[in-house]
Amino acid sequence: MSELHDNILQALEERFPGAVISSGDERDFPVFHLQKNQLIAVLTFLKQEKGFNFLTTMCGIHYPEQGDQEFALMYQLHNMVQNQRIRFKVFMPKSQLDVPTLTTIWPTANWMEREAFDFYGFKFTGHPDLRRILNMDEMNYHPLRKEYALEDAGRDDKEDKYFGR
Amino acid sequence: MQVEMTRKINILEDNMSTNVDLQNNIEKDYTTLNLGPTHPATHGIFQNILTMDGEIIVKAVPTIGYIHRAFEKLAEHRPYNQITPITDRLNYCSSPINNMGWHMTVEKLINCEVPKRAEYLRVIIMELARIADHIVCDTVIAVDTGAMTGFLYLFQAREKIYEIYEAICGARLTTNIGRIGGMERDFPEIAWKKIHAFIDEFPTMLAEFDKLVTRNRIFMDRTVNCGPISAERALEYGFTGPNLRAAGVDYDVRVMNPYSSYQDFDFKIPVGTQGDTFDRYMVRMQEMWESLSIIKQAVAKMPKGEFHADVPEFYLPEKQDVYSKMEALIYHFKIVMGETEVPKGEVYHAVEGGNGELGYYLISDGGRTPFRLHFRRPCYIYYQAYSEMIEGGMLSDAILTMSSMNVIAGELDA
Repeated sequence: MSELHDNILQALEERFPGAVISSGDERDFPVFHLQKNQLIAVLTFLKQEKGFNFLTTMCGIHYPEQGDQEFALMYQLHNMVQNQRIRFKVFMPKSQLDVPTLTTIWPTANWMEREAFDFYGFKFTGHPDLRRILNMDEMNYHPLRKEYALEDAGRDDKEDKYFGR
Repeated sequence: MQVEMTRKINILEDNMSTNVDLQNNIEKDYTTLNLGPTHPATHGIFQNILTMDGEIIVKAVPTIGYIHRAFEKLAEHRPYNQITPITDRLNYCSSPINNMGWHMTVEKLINCEVPKRAEYLRVIIMELARIADHIVCDTVIAVDTGAMTGFLYLFQAREKIYEIYEAICGARLTTNIGRIGGMERDFPEIAWKKIHAFIDEFPTMLAEFDKLVTRNRIFMDRTVNCGPISAERALEYGFTGPNLRAAGVDYDVRVMNPYSSYQDFDFKIPVGTQGDTFDRYMVRMQEMWESLSIIKQAVAKMPKGEFHADVPEFYLPEKQDVYSKMEALIYHFKIVMGETEVPKGEVYHAVEGGNGELGYYLISDGGRTPFRLHFRRPCYIYYQAYSEMIEGGMLSDAILTMSSMNVIAGELDA
């Protein structure tokens, strides 16, 4: 485990006991899995007291085989002064896709969350303008979920067996 | 005009419907103006629905997604080497940087050590691409202020850069340059000739443009204090690249997290103070000089050796080997059919793109295609500040602000 991982984990354990479900290093990034209800408190704490002033990116992920951890949101923070980057993940089942919004902490989360809503259907509670952003408003599904195949479902000339897979 | 420019009107939604200006207590008519989706002055497909008070913008509502091509979904169905052409079409003004960013992401995932020569070749390509990108942005700012001449002059330099791309990879705009593990081939003799010619000619051309435009009275009147943003606000809005540096924050991925041997080169990070259009223009001008200096250093220090790493499952073998060697035939087949296997894992790699931190977040489940690929597109993230930057200003300044932010439709909509 990296030094940065241990420092952040220690700070979070002291301040928010039980908020971190699991953690570890993924290549050069410390990754923390958080409780959804503690997300805002933890990120606010890191921004205000640990210098993680920059929300680099966030995105949704769909793991169709993970049961009650089917959907995940990934957040990446950057401490520009000390050049530290960390990643957070929040998992949730398909039935509870409501997540507190980050727009109160970083205005830049506005469009990032609209994108996650557009492609995965996360409901960001408290978001000022939760509309689709890249797809058209009339669309009635969330296209980056794994159940939507890219290919036309009626095509049978591209099945795996023809390629020896 | 001077007085009008600094006027900032904050009108609540409910006041809008009654058309009453509370401060002056007189009835007002607001005009709704549809700027875009296709408008010659916006250089791309952007729509902004503007509420106008005369020539002042009261409110702007941007709509994006007109050229959305579902790259993140497409990438989940393509083998790794076939994703490179997708990245070309993100920021198409500097596609080589996007290509290299993607190669480096995969190299990080497969733990591939790239030889020094390949890294230096990549640096040359990336800095040429940065110059091409900044040429587009800076000349277009000049065009939007009415100065066509500078644009026509400096675009010749961009043409020279495209000729260099062409000599290296055969393509000009959507380059698909380099391969996972290095370059597809060493630079041919003709490419070196063109690079040396470019190093010789470009300073004159850039200095000429600089002389023509930068201190021009009309240009400065139009750009100084036009569409400013403070450093704090820029950071909160996730600005990166020249736009953030124009606001005064010296954040550059090339220095912060050096990749591809950028630590070997000596260059400065130009920063601005006001974060306005003029500063954004100046930061890009200075960066072109720095990029040129990096290219010179890379050419001078060019190490000898291999131009690609030893990763045969990502690098097409020589054609005569395919016909005569078993391994080469197998690898050829695997690459062409997209059957290359990669380890499981999760990586994020960022490069300093033409307009900011271009990040690739890749999750691999060990299959032939990525499980999830997310592009951190700098345009997409900072364009949301656009409405805040233009509200209270004039319509003509809004056009300038957009071109100075270097919003590229392909990257915005992915």
